[in-house]
Amino acid sequence: MERLTEIRWHGRGGQGAVTAAKLVAETALKQDKYFQASPEYGPERMGAPIQAFTRISSQPISIHCAVTNPNIVVVLDKTLLSVVNVTEGLDPDGALVINTDMTPAEVRSSFSIEGHRIFTVDANKIAVESIGKAIPNTPMLGALLKATGIMDIDKVAEHIRDSFGKKFSREIIDGNVAALTRAYREVRSE
Amino acid sequence: MPKTVALTGNSACAQAMRQINPDVVAAYPITPQTTIVEEFSTFVAKGLVDTEYVTVESEHSAMSACVGASAAGSRVMTTTSSQGLALMWEVLYIASALRLPIVMHNVNRTLSGPINIHCDHQDSMGARDSGWIQIFCEDAQEAYDTTIQAIRIAEDNRVRLPVMICFDGFIISHAIDRLDLLDDEVVKKFVGDFEPLISLLDTEKPVTVGPFDGLYGYFFEFRRAQELATLGSLPVIAEVGKEFGEVSGRHYGLFEPYKLEDAELAVVVMGSTAGTAKFVVDQLRENGVAAGVLKIRSYRPFPAREIAEALSGVKAIAAMDRSLAPGAIGAPVFQEIRSALYDNSARVPVIDYIYGLGGRDVPPAHIEKVFSHLAQIAKSGKIDQVVNYLGLKE
Repeated sequence: MERLTEIRWHGRGGQGAVTAAKLVAETALKQDKYFQASPEYGPERMGAPIQAFTRISSQPISIHCAVTNPNIVVVLDKTLLSVVNVTEGLDPDGALVINTDMTPAEVRSSFSIEGHRIFTVDANKIAVESIGKAIPNTPMLGALLKATGIMDIDKVAEHIRDSFGKKFSREIIDGNVAALTRAYREVRSE
Repeated sequence: MPKTVALTGNSACAQAMRQINPDVVAAYPITPQTTIVEEFSTFVAKGLVDTEYVTVESEHSAMSACVGASAAGSRVMTTTSSQGLALMWEVLYIASALRLPIVMHNVNRTLSGPINIHCDHQDSMGARDSGWIQIFCEDAQEAYDTTIQAIRIAEDNRVRLPVMICFDGFIISHAIDRLDLLDDEVVKKFVGDFEPLISLLDTEKPVTVGPFDGLYGYFFEFRRAQELATLGSLPVIAEVGKEFGEVSGRHYGLFEPYKLEDAELAVVVMGSTAGTAKFVVDQLRENGVAAGVLKIRSYRPFPAREIAEALSGVKAIAAMDRSLAPGAIGAPVFQEIRSALYDNSARVPVIDYIYGLGGRDVPPAHIEKVFSHLAQIAKSGKIDQVVNYLGLKE
């Protein structure tokens, strides 16, 4: 892993982008890494485009500002591709991980994206089939882990079991872990 | 054993409050309140603290209830932010004049309008002359650590003044960061028991609190005494910071010099941007630029003499202000720094950079711009522009 990894999350209110950014940070703690996870607050409402940021590093992180040149961009909602410039500031070699039923090649040609490494996964379908709701954050986390190798999937699964355990039923937790691992397997690269 | 955790700045402060276990917390439960009291109220509900939690109908009432509870002899804490602090304003002066050791977080957010809920230091600046001690924090760890220290500072018999712990709204308050929490027992021992000097409820020793003092009384002398107590808290803030270092390994002073010993160019800054400035200094140092940062921690009282000495060797200084003082020459931090340096034998050029109002982002590139401006001033010895704006859309 590089010294500092910066992730920008694009989602819509209610899709769990903030929870996903938080999960990554908390799992980083278990691996004795340094991290920051910050949602960009605004007039939050269900369905509005939102951004969240995560930084992970093996060194303490002193910067306190928005992530403008991420190494990784995660898009939780494919309809954002035509609304938000999701590749803005993204490292030319950086990873773009998108929740869509399209292939990476289809995304590239449909939205005229040059450079970057594109990964896609149908996280909504996986979420509906595993959790029973179209909340794509945990499957997208699985796709992110496979695409970038920033953390060990088993550690993330373990953390979901630990942290969700207090709030959710066994069924929901199992569903989330299943969604995570299935998306990890099914993510498509170019 | 200290525990390493992933918490937001607000959650970290709520944990510190739980460990301090104050007698009374009075708070207004909705916006513009913070999640600090929201979380703290769950600790009360779960019986994790012995605190009497007073839900009030406004921030004016919150501070009024704190004044009453503190005068009655309780250890009192509260939190606020932005418009909430503004509404507390008149009662802030009463809290400090009555020398009540109330400890309050102020999560720094701007004052409307236009309506904006994001970070700047305008709210704290409105209270800078209210007689409260104001300590600014860089990150969640400092906010947590300073909360614990603030109890000791406020309650020290040489001080007996309210303390406001200031940290950046959203950037620190709502961001999850890595930090270490002390053991509950260590915090309990560090803050000790509160021994009130007076108590309204002590019928054996009746006292008058907050009486009238007219034209021919001692109002002026009283205020002068309060001013002396504020200035006298400087060594106490330093002592408590040092003692805290002994139990936690994290030492605190009145300000933090960062690579300042041999610096030629210095940025003076408060709050989270200090961290970004340190990052930029590290990069500039790799390129041979002698850059440094002075992070102000105690803004009220202002350690003018110590700061003037720390900056005496540099060639150019930029004070960074996350607030405006419309109609003045520059903003508060600049005014303070330039004034503090006036008595130094060498006249070091000082400029002001106003930044980050209403949460405007401050990336490293902006701070690099400040340093290159300073390099140009250091080289020419001339200030082209005293008051500058960073990241302003022009």
